[in-house]
Amino acid sequence: MQVTSRKFKENSHKAMQDENLRAALGRVKQGFTTARSVAASELPEFEDLRDKARDIKDEVLENLDYYLEYFDEKVTASGGHVHWCSSAKDAREAILKICRDVDAKTVTKGKSMITEEIALNKFLASEGIEPIETDLGEYIIQLADEPPSHIIGPAVHKTKEQVTELFYEHHQQYGYTEREEDPEKLVGEARAVLRHKYVTADVGITGANFLVAETGSTVIVTNEGNGDLTQSLPKTHIVVASLEKVIPTLEDVSTVMRVLARSATGQEMSVYTTFSTGPKRDDDIDGPENFHVILLDGGRSEMIGTELQELLRCIRCGACMNHCPVYHAVGGHSYGWVYPGPIGAAINPQMVGLEEARHLPNASTFCGRCEEVCPVRIPLPKILRHWREEAFEKQIAPKPERWGLEFWGFFAKRPALYRLATRAAVKLLSLMAGKKGRLKSLPFGKGWTSVRDLPAPQGATFMEQWQKKQKREG
Amino acid sequence: MTGREKILGRIRAQKKRGALPADQQDLIAARIAKHEHNLIPKRGQIPLKEQMDLFQLKMEKLLATVERVKEAADIPKAVQSYLAHHNLPTRIKISPSERLTDLPWSDIPTLEIVTGVGAEEDEVGMSPAFAGIAETGTLMMASGAETPSTVNFLPENHIAVLNAKDLTGSYEQAWDALRLATKDSGIPRTVNFISGPSRTADIEQRLIMGAHGPKSLHVILVGDGT
Repeated sequence: MQVTSRKFKENSHKAMQDENLRAALGRVKQGFTTARSVAASELPEFEDLRDKARDIKDEVLENLDYYLEYFDEKVTASGGHVHWCSSAKDAREAILKICRDVDAKTVTKGKSMITEEIALNKFLASEGIEPIETDLGEYIIQLADEPPSHIIGPAVHKTKEQVTELFYEHHQQYGYTEREEDPEKLVGEARAVLRHKYVTADVGITGANFLVAETGSTVIVTNEGNGDLTQSLPKTHIVVASLEKVIPTLEDVSTVMRVLARSATGQEMSVYTTFSTGPKRDDDIDGPENFHVILLDGGRSEMIGTELQELLRCIRCGACMNHCPVYHAVGGHSYGWVYPGPIGAAINPQMVGLEEARHLPNASTFCGRCEEVCPVRIPLPKILRHWREEAFEKQIAPKPERWGLEFWGFFAKRPALYRLATRAAVKLLSLMAGKKGRLKSLPFGKGWTSVRDLPAPQGATFMEQWQKKQKREG
Repeated sequence: MTGREKILGRIRAQKKRGALPADQQDLIAARIAKHEHNLIPKRGQIPLKEQMDLFQLKMEKLLATVERVKEAADIPKAVQSYLAHHNLPTRIKISPSERLTDLPWSDIPTLEIVTGVGAEEDEVGMSPAFAGIAETGTLMMASGAETPSTVNFLPENHIAVLNAKDLTGSYEQAWDALRLATKDSGIPRTVNFISGPSRTADIEQRLIMGAHGPKSLHVILVGDGT
């Protein structure tokens, strides 16, 4: 997809004026976070399971080459094919070739962030193959021609009224000529329209939450059942997955499953968890005849062995964004690429370049909630700090920002001078504020004072109070 | 260089090593072959009778319905009353499994029994579960010549038959049972874990049942496990 991360500031300003988005984000803040905390509290072993899930992913990443070869061998043994793709372009071409080989006209798609990453829909359409998203959220944003704004709720930013309009506009060709406003009927409409598409599609493309090395299985987790219809009805099933998705055994998948849905939606288990292994067996009476796994690297192998490796533990639950005050304020589209929220801020600089995504690591208050809720305990704030440091060192951050930091750094490294300077600054600000105790404008501080007054600091500095307290308790 | 060599090469370069030495490869292969259980929540480690209760409780919380019958012969009658109670059609698509085809359907002549794979027009589908998992109220369905997985997904309403003796406490126990049952053929093409009927919250996070899979799920739990 088109990268717009460079415009993070403009994007988020616009987002914050959008009333519909405000309402939608309010629901994210309420719904997902409460549900997660209830689900976590109802399973006494939850914290230990998070540790175990982290350890499983770490072990895979240490020996990723071996696990991938093991997985490949098992897929091949079950009659499937693995396509190793270094880049998005490689992946698109491999998928196109498979589609061409079966003379595909239409492709149904289950939810897959990797296909967003490789911009598959636009590509297939340009090659004369019609991609049909089947996850309701993905279907809605496909009709709206928008990217997803959340990794598990791609249309979370859309209101019911907007869905009504979209369906009214696009479903008339199927005989739905009334504006439908009842959400249940809207879902029914999408169900009816897509039903026939499942049956007639030539190829079904799904993502994968996990790849199981032991069996060569690919795993999808859904609530709607769309992924299952997508992977069982067409003659060819293509799984598009990135290489860090591999997990050693079915037992290990079971462990990670216990933290995935609880962290994502607060469900104990998603409705459908489906393991697909190879094409249909000789005596099976349904299932696909061809089974392909597109294994995408897309910049991930370069993260191995670096401080970014921990990001590859991510199981894409969305908990970090559900709990992020910045995401709650600006929504997913502001981040300007496939992955929003803290995980996006941490991984997009690697995927699209720090220069393009340099604002994202700054889109954090370092409150640490993302790390607190991450089921595989990714130290997201630490990684955001890493990017900030790199932006400073590589002079990617603009000069005023770097000078400001250098200026501050000069004092911060000299504690006595720092204390003197803060005391002086406090005095100066109080003087400037006068009797009112508030400042209407401030040099270098327009970002704050253009919309509100700055209360002048009062009394002693923190260090002064601290020293006093130490003496008292002495 | 193939894509595979490139990717493996990059990973190894990052790790500053070549392919793993043979002894380390053997260690990992042995770890995989062991199928060792990790931490299993206590809630699933309970006797069968309690598993039955927990399974039912969890399923009902997921908005599925559960009905217990004494023996397989009671199933057709239970199906008939379920369909009548919910105003559902009497034509049923059943999996071509002896567990279903051998049932005394002729006792209930009003039911129309059709055997085969799931189809667009099916309103009621019925299939046998390989196992049930009490921990979260989850069915394990295994595909095969007699158990096409489309019957679990295409019909608007799904009836699953689960033998109480196939109930387990945890996913791991269900995997153990599946490995044992398929040790010659290997893992089936499709294994579905099903926890309740299909749903979506993609429109303003409102829960709506029946997104793409079945709108209702009815589990018939057979016997008491003895």
